[in-house]
Amino acid sequence: MLRLEDVGFGQGAFALSADLSLAPGKRVAVIGPSGAGKSTLLDLIAGFRRPGRGRVFWQGRDITDVPPDRRPVAMLFQENNLFPHLDLMRNLGLALRPDGGRLRASDGAAVEAVLARVGLEGLGRRRPGALSGGQQSRAALARVLLQRRPVLALDEPFAALGPALKTEMLELLREVAEELGALVLLVTHDPQDAQRFAEEVVLVSEGVAQAPVETGALFADPPEALRAYLGG
Amino acid sequence: MARLSALLAALAVAGLTLGPVAAVLVRAGGWGALGPGEVQALRFTLVQALLSAGLSVALAVPVARALARRRFPGRGVLVALMGAPFILPVIVAVLGLIAVFGQNGLVNTALRVLGLPGITIYGIHGVVLAHVFFNLPLAVRLLLQGWLAIPAERFRLAASLGLRPWALFRVLEAPMLLRIAPGAFAVIFVICLSSFAVALTLGGGPRATTVELAIYQAVRFEFDLGRAALLSVIQLGLALTAGLVALRLGAGAGFGAGLDRALPRWDGQGLSARITDALWIGLAALFLLAPLMMVVLRGLGGLALLGPGTWEAAGHSVSVALASTALCLLWALPLSTRGGELVGLAGIALSPLVLGTGLFLILRPYVNPFVLALPVTTLINALVSLPFALRILRPEAEAVRADYTRLAQALGLTPLAWLRLVLLPRLRRPLGFAAGLTAALSIGDLGVIALFADPDRATLPLQVYRLMGSYQMEAAAGAALLLLCLSFGAFWLFDRGGRIHAET
Repeated sequence: MLRLEDVGFGQGAFALSADLSLAPGKRVAVIGPSGAGKSTLLDLIAGFRRPGRGRVFWQGRDITDVPPDRRPVAMLFQENNLFPHLDLMRNLGLALRPDGGRLRASDGAAVEAVLARVGLEGLGRRRPGALSGGQQSRAALARVLLQRRPVLALDEPFAALGPALKTEMLELLREVAEELGALVLLVTHDPQDAQRFAEEVVLVSEGVAQAPVETGALFADPPEALRAYLGG
Repeated sequence: MARLSALLAALAVAGLTLGPVAAVLVRAGGWGALGPGEVQALRFTLVQALLSAGLSVALAVPVARALARRRFPGRGVLVALMGAPFILPVIVAVLGLIAVFGQNGLVNTALRVLGLPGITIYGIHGVVLAHVFFNLPLAVRLLLQGWLAIPAERFRLAASLGLRPWALFRVLEAPMLLRIAPGAFAVIFVICLSSFAVALTLGGGPRATTVELAIYQAVRFEFDLGRAALLSVIQLGLALTAGLVALRLGAGAGFGAGLDRALPRWDGQGLSARITDALWIGLAALFLLAPLMMVVLRGLGGLALLGPGTWEAAGHSVSVALASTALCLLWALPLSTRGGELVGLAGIALSPLVLGTGLFLILRPYVNPFVLALPVTTLINALVSLPFALRILRPEAEAVRADYTRLAQALGLTPLAWLRLVLLPRLRRPLGFAAGLTAALSIGDLGVIALFADPDRATLPLQVYRLMGSYQMEAAAGAALLLLCLSFGAFWLFDRGGRIHAET
């Protein structure tokens, strides 16, 4: 269980509070108006921001003060998920050797296996610039497979892709999450993404991250805040 | 780790600047010791700096205007060439100017043929001439930046209103000049205040001695360290005051990206405007290129006369340049933040001669300072180049941090892996550019080395100066050509090293 216990974060006029629990293995969409704090919520979970009050727990362990790389969380950002001057082997290899050391034969094989898994077989020597946008997203997902973390936090990583490609990536993400048995938190501004992909939705609006609600039930009877956001 | 190295680098800069300053302040005699010589040096320094800055900016106005509104083949090359004086060794330029304006130079030869009286390059004329040679291009680049920053739509509007040239000048160009020119003037004024090598070669005598030159003379010829320290304090006060004023006026002297584009213009299409512009561009190009051509022409004959002393000096220059480049970059990487750039400015505010005098005072009780001529030169060259290196590196270093810090944190990259795999590869281009500038500046530097050198430890610029002093003009020309090739070659090699196969 990922638990945010009475968490509060403030920065100038911006404030976000959250008191909620998320079950392992669930696919959760985080939606809400821009500027409401969706990315901040992910940052608090992934460890890039410290809450002003409250604690964060994973499976009962307090991880509030744990640095990002020691958390059970793998994160994909909106952009800059790959170092553009390193080829895919080295980019993905960093997940196994954060000191940048030479990869062992078994590590190299593991990288090649996950590349093949996401449909990038034989492209290990390419740099990100030599790949299409969709291929870059696949490579970033392949690294998530290597990291084998029980929580995946994604901050609109597919926002720049076209609709067909995005659907494809969400499908791949579902498969990856299933293989890892991971809890997925997907920030999106597209309600369709949420309906297509997520079992539960966390609505972030007016400074509060609401407790998760089952997706179908939420959209069948949207609360006032969601109606305002959807503009319906 | 990053904070610790930044702190260490900042402390080193502070120690190496404040230490010598403290030494100078302690050693300086009271203001009662201020004699007529000091007052005259101070006056000459101010007058020549005012003249140099005023002339540079005034002449830059028509040249920059012509470059802003004309397109012609070679325009890009000419604008790029305007950046070259920055890394041109002073002594090389001086030799070139002597070849054009000196006793037996092109201009005087022509005047003699015409039966007209000759001109002299020594004294205040020569000092101002050399300063204009170095700073006119800088002023042109700063003003050109201003001209190109005027939106093209304004010129289109002016054209559709049919504004006359004078009206267009008053409405569009004069306000820009009022904004940019004071800053450009101030920057050049500050640069000329600390003029040493030009005054050493073309000035001299009681009527054309800058404060910096007087410091050198006090140390080398009069062995009067108290007087040198007093002069250093004067120089310090002068440079800091003027530097702060220049900083307030803020001419953003960048490295001129995008100056090679020409905006479409509708004004100035008349014949007289075309002729005026062509004349100004031609004169500026001639003024900048003729001395360089003369260095090459005269130097080719002198290359055969290069003796072992010159080659040894060249070796010293190259090793000093490589060491000070390495030192400067080692300093610059951890300081490539906003705060760090402020720390680095200390190097620009303090003149090499003042720092040198301070170090001389500190070292003298313990060692013979002359033995340390090359290490001290290395150190001070690195310090003086630091602000330029930081100006080049900081924007890109901050962009790399902004883009990739979170990814590195998410992956748990070790500090060494971050440096080796992310920061250094991403900064390759600016590192190459900064290294090129530092190496070229260091190879061409004729400053603190003159203070410390003995006959066994010359660098190439000093060797050129010594050859000139002993009237071996042909050998001096040969050595100057070698120096020119070394400094431009070093810049080219490093800069290219940063670009080639750059993995972006």
